[in-house]
Amino acid sequence: MSTGWSITSMSAISLLQVVLVIVGGPLLLGFMRKVRCRMEGRVGPPVHQPLLDLRKMAGRERTRPEHASWVFPLAPVVLVATTLVVAAVAPLLATDPAFGWSADLFAVVFLLLLGSVSLALGALDTGTAFGGMGASRAMTIGALAEPALLVAILALSVPAHSSNLPTIIIRSLAHPAWLATPERVLALVAFVIVIVAESGRLPVDNPSTHLELTMIHEAMMLEYAGPDLALVKLAESMRLVVLFTLLADLFVPWGIATSPGPWHLAVALASTAGKLVVLGAALAVFEVTVAKLRLFRVPELLAGAFVLATLAVLSTLVVP
Amino acid sequence: MTAPSLASVALEPAGLHRRAGVIVAADLVDAASTLLSQGMRLALVSAHDDGDRLRVVYLFTSGPPDTRVELHLFVDPVRPTVPSLSGASFPGGRFERELQDLFGIIPVGHPQPRRLVLHQHWPEGWHPMRRGSGNSPAMVPDAGAYPFVPVEGTGVYEIPVGPVHAGLIEPGHFRFWVVGETILRMKARLWFVHKGVERLFEGREPQAGLELAERISGDTAVGHALAYCQAVEDAWRLEVPQEALVLRGILLELERLYNHVADIGALCNDVGFGIANAWALSLREHLLQMNARVTGHRLLRGGVVPGGARVDSLPSDAELAQVGEQFEELINLATSSALVMERFIGTAVLDEAHARDLGVVGIAGRASGLAFDARDAHPSMSMPSWFSPAVREHGDVKARFEVRVAETEISLSLLRDFIQRAGSLEAVSAPPPGPHGQSVSGVGIAEAWRGAALHRVEIDDQGRLSRVKIVDPSFHNWPALPVSLADTIVPDFPLANKSFNLSYAGNDL
Repeated sequence: MSTGWSITSMSAISLLQVVLVIVGGPLLLGFMRKVRCRMEGRVGPPVHQPLLDLRKMAGRERTRPEHASWVFPLAPVVLVATTLVVAAVAPLLATDPAFGWSADLFAVVFLLLLGSVSLALGALDTGTAFGGMGASRAMTIGALAEPALLVAILALSVPAHSSNLPTIIIRSLAHPAWLATPERVLALVAFVIVIVAESGRLPVDNPSTHLELTMIHEAMMLEYAGPDLALVKLAESMRLVVLFTLLADLFVPWGIATSPGPWHLAVALASTAGKLVVLGAALAVFEVTVAKLRLFRVPELLAGAFVLATLAVLSTLVVP
Repeated sequence: MTAPSLASVALEPAGLHRRAGVIVAADLVDAASTLLSQGMRLALVSAHDDGDRLRVVYLFTSGPPDTRVELHLFVDPVRPTVPSLSGASFPGGRFERELQDLFGIIPVGHPQPRRLVLHQHWPEGWHPMRRGSGNSPAMVPDAGAYPFVPVEGTGVYEIPVGPVHAGLIEPGHFRFWVVGETILRMKARLWFVHKGVERLFEGREPQAGLELAERISGDTAVGHALAYCQAVEDAWRLEVPQEALVLRGILLELERLYNHVADIGALCNDVGFGIANAWALSLREHLLQMNARVTGHRLLRGGVVPGGARVDSLPSDAELAQVGEQFEELINLATSSALVMERFIGTAVLDEAHARDLGVVGIAGRASGLAFDARDAHPSMSMPSWFSPAVREHGDVKARFEVRVAETEISLSLLRDFIQRAGSLEAVSAPPPGPHGQSVSGVGIAEAWRGAALHRVEIDDQGRLSRVKIVDPSFHNWPALPVSLADTIVPDFPLANKSFNLSYAGNDL
């Protein structure tokens, strides 16, 4: 790691990243909803509405299904905790958050997967038809999306000779030419498809539907209410910010803080906010223009992402 | 087609359009089979409790030319039975189960003589339409659990949905048996909203029945009001002024317009194409405001009245042209999305043979190649020569979408034609001055936006309604939904359901 980072500043960066993800997540969702509403000719709720919703849900009575075991209440906690760990250690704002050495690409992907699996288990635990249905669909999609994500990041790690995310970013900054290579573009497309699938957005899943039978992600939260639901919803938006920021930092790393100091962090914060707005608006606009895929077409889309990611890895090996 | 004739029955003219005759039980099945083989459909079966005897009326219709034949069967009130027509007509079998629930008339030889209309929480042996059945009794625990046919096998699991849903929709319970995501079988358990509407009509003046007819199914106010008024006029032998017929045609098409636009938007919404729904809802609101200017009510209540029609104003050509432009933009938006069309094509196919056997009517029937349209088969006014029903062959969601699109365009053209022909804004024939002194009956058929709505009324010697039988198109079409789901996957069910968009309230009177 570069010198000059004190334990204090590294902890401060991690703390800042966690705050960014917790507050920024709901705001990002609210912003995307706003863009979508405006494009459809509607006014839409205010951007901070998801934050208000979270506060409302958190203040409600805790209601849990009679037959649920300890898995059910634990799942949202694990989901939020794993996302918080990723938010703290991954290079979101700076290349050296606390424990940045642990932000290995495999570790990050598996932490996110652990959260998904725990939510699926929580959904199964209720024994309702919808929970099982949602869990089965989400795991099918997860099983196809996670490998594509791993391979896509692998394509970035090959030229950097490291699977450590901060190292990949630092070396990319040192070799900007890497960012415009064909394998980067292939990996980028694969990465974007995976983000759309993982975060349950169109055309894979429709987050605004009320039709239980079509749901994937939403079906898993049907039995959650009150503070439990608030945790699940919060985790959902946090994961979107984490994935967006990783995407931005891996493919367009400029702006990330590589040395300590409030000035660098302020620039990093501003540039990250800017990248999130651009990505959020782009995804919202994309969502307006597409319809939801038939469920059995989703594997084809994700298989496509996997093929692109594999091609990206191959081309890094063939074209050194 | 030659006028149907029956060896066993002497058919006499009845009302303005019908021929009717009394039949004995032994001849019923043969006579019905003869009429069905001549291309007629069993459109309505209505029972009547005349006190000393029960009477069942079977109405067969076909057209064009508009042909209506009624068979009247008298039934012993002590041990009421009728020979079952279920072997010859699927709708017949369902009408008979309704008779059994509401009147206690046993269809002899019915293969599935179980409850249809009465929910299992009503006590056994209570038949609400029989005289002296009194007010509704206390509910009982699920009388004889609902006979779901179990599906067993490796990996088969059950998904129960409803009757309370996540969205604001009517109550219906759907139970799926699936392997993976593929639907093996679906059973729709409806009939949660029995309101006793037909009983509420009884004893009213015919004019006072209108408000009930308009509320049978909120989105079909004009369709049901029109069928009801035609039935009353048929019973009164009352000619309706030409100007009123034109106004009624306008109201019927205005109702079709706003419902089709809403359905087109909802179909797009169900595949996640929200922007088309936002456009459709805005156009629908525009149409509802136009409706409010026409009759003073956004759902067009109060326009059709017994004996005629009255409106406050009519839409201008410019308004219609604007609606047409916005509709064209909406359809371009929806059809230009390959993803939307991909979801519609080949989803929930109802083939023509099944549609014919089940007696499917309206949009769903025309999307499966059945050209029946009451505006064509049973016209109450002269339609333009260019008019013909919009028919598609494939029977999938796309076909039902396309029928709606084509019908909306036809409705806009019909509206332009009718508004040119329209005279005064109010034209109502006076009802007969007093009671006929004898019991009279009448039948009305209107092509409501979902399909043909039928009303059959009987007016007693005091001039009051003694019986009103209503057949909403949804009654015929609900059985088609499970049939269309063969080879469909669970997440496509809401789309399939929306493409039929059947009424729960109109089905369950």
